[in-house]
Amino acid sequence: MAMGLNIVVCVKDTPTSLGVHVDSATKRVKHDGLQTALNPFDEYAVEEALRLKEKLPGSTTLAVSVGPPSAEGALREAMSRGIESAVLVSGPEFAGSDTYATSRALAAALRKLAADKPVHLVLFGKSSNDGNSGIVGPQVAAWLDWPSASSVKKIESVTDSAVTVTRMLEDGIDTLKLGLPAAVSTVKEINEPRLPSLKGKLSAKKAVIPRWTAADLGLGASEVGSAGSLARIAAESAPPSRPAGMTVEGATSAEKAAKLVDILIERKVI
Amino acid sequence: MTNKLDSGVLVVALGSRGSLAAAHELLTAGRSLADTLKERLSAVLLGRPPAEAARDLVERGADKVFVLEHEALSRPDEELQAAALVQLCQKERFGKILFPSSVAGRSLAARLSVKLKAAIATDVFALDAGEAGLKVRRAGYGGNIIGEVEFASPSCVMTLQGMVWPPAPKTPGRAGQVEAVAFAPSATRTEFVSSQAQEAGEIDLGGADLVVSGGRGLGSPEGFKPVRALAKALGAAVGASRAAVDAGWIPYRHQVGLTGRTIRPKLYMACGISGQIQHLAGMSSAKTIVAINSDPECPMMKAATLAVAGDVHEILPLVTGEIMKRRGAAVA
Ligand SMILES: Cc1cc2nc3c(=O)[nH]c(=O)nc-3n(C[C@H](O)[C@H](O)[C@H](O)COP(=O)(O)OP(=O)(O)OC[C@H]3O[C@@H](n4cnc5c(N)ncnc54)[C@H](O)[C@@H]3O)c2cc1C
Repeated sequence: MAMGLNIVVCVKDTPTSLGVHVDSATKRVKHDGLQTALNPFDEYAVEEALRLKEKLPGSTTLAVSVGPPSAEGALREAMSRGIESAVLVSGPEFAGSDTYATSRALAAALRKLAADKPVHLVLFGKSSNDGNSGIVGPQVAAWLDWPSASSVKKIESVTDSAVTVTRMLEDGIDTLKLGLPAAVSTVKEINEPRLPSLKGKLSAKKAVIPRWTAADLGLGASEVGSAGSLARIAAESAPPSRPAGMTVEGATSAEKAAKLVDILIERKVI
Repeated sequence: MTNKLDSGVLVVALGSRGSLAAAHELLTAGRSLADTLKERLSAVLLGRPPAEAARDLVERGADKVFVLEHEALSRPDEELQAAALVQLCQKERFGKILFPSSVAGRSLAARLSVKLKAAIATDVFALDAGEAGLKVRRAGYGGNIIGEVEFASPSCVMTLQGMVWPPAPKTPGRAGQVEAVAFAPSATRTEFVSSQAQEAGEIDLGGADLVVSGGRGLGSPEGFKPVRALAKALGAAVGASRAAVDAGWIPYRHQVGLTGRTIRPKLYMACGISGQIQHLAGMSSAKTIVAINSDPECPMMKAATLAVAGDVHEILPLVTGEIMKRRGAAVA
């Protein structure tokens, strides 16, 4: 059993609905007026941090996000669920960050936090529901030369020096022991997230969330935002619509079933 | 213009239980990219690959295969595997580095992007190497938006979606180089404890041509029996909606959608699945979608190539029966 761990959860503020639209002039997704919230996949990382804290007295939990000022909403939501404190990495210089620049900023924030008191474990969600990349966890680990594991469905045990995790892979599962500090990206299977409590909501509302700029993190203008990014989205569009389908007709279920199999064989699908 | 120093396409041939199936798809994509760019196609094997693996990759289109041979690299230690790949990439200066979009592929690609200062795009489903440089396409917002991505760095790392490119065929006797690369592992903080392969006979969703999937409309865990029976008759993998997984009817590894797997099978049969946006995110690229649903107006029936209105409990066994009947007829 470990003594207390200092746990950080990296979260993102993302659109609550995926039914977004593209501005035909700019060929980019329209963000104006989009309602945002804590990325749903980050709820699992937040919950896991809370469970570890409950299990390991003396632990601390902190949420950090890189984003516009409105991303404070996601941090407050994490706090309303029980995360004790939060930091927002924000400033106009961060606009246009790809995963490379975002992970660099997160890594710098973790270094700054660690200069104050050690950071033991950093948790991530599976991916963001807008970008869908699922790579920021291992990217942050790479910046910091830490071990990492993605697709983690269970934290088996934690000691002062290591965390043992089970991952869900395409062809089975495996268990890894990572020396701390480490980065762990979670999947839904890991837990059942709690809802924010009323008390949590009230204290989250009042919480003061410090803002760190690139300068605070010791990052230069060329290392953040679009200047510090390597991948650029040239255009966004709606996916091509699927060819129109057809209804398989039949007077009885048996007729429909026979007709369906006929068509599938005829079209060489099966 | 690509930087003159960074050229060549590299396929990272990660094996899965001895199979290089994912690498074979990457070779098709990589070969066509290399031909367009008039560059060489290389591949790399890690760990202790079987003796014939390097030849196999050559016969499927690699001009050169690097073998990073070391027992330690056959374990899932991403720190070490990434270090070995970084060392190779720094020496060879590849311009495009391709990984499968698997858990391991994604994590290694992420580490390489940072260590090589290379742009990264995941889940790429189209590569367009034109005059203006390389542009790739990937989906975001759960499949609702297609993003066209460009790279500003001399090299880039990509994970390619499975089932988009066909596996590269074998040309027996095709010539190519094989080079063993020495690697001296340093200590890492990742320790492999144990692994457990998926149940024997279970077909992985990600590599399946045919998928039969069930949702809340199945009504109970027993409701999956006819789904499994049809899957068995077709040699298909079994998928599920989140509602079915959350109800505890079937394990999470079967979940298709935003929170689960993104797949591109030839056939996706959605049985009692309404087709909410988060489910469609995982399967709307299937070539043929069959929906069996009692509600003809639900989104899945609208998205379907073939929509069958009716009670899934009644129709599924009939479909299985028909297939068995035709198979029997074909044999006789
Ligand atoms: C952040 C987030 C992530 C999510 N991720 C995922 C994900 O990865 N995957 C996913 O699937 N969902 C996901 N969801 C949930 C998704 O929104 C839907 O709730 C879910 O897909 C519904 O599953 P279903 O279609 O099985 O159930 P329902 O929507 O309840 O649909 C059941 C269907 O069965 C039909 N039916 C009922 N009885 C019969 C019968 N006897 N015969 C034939 N048809 C019948 C009904 O007409 C209906 O269409 C996510 C949601 C959120 C908010």
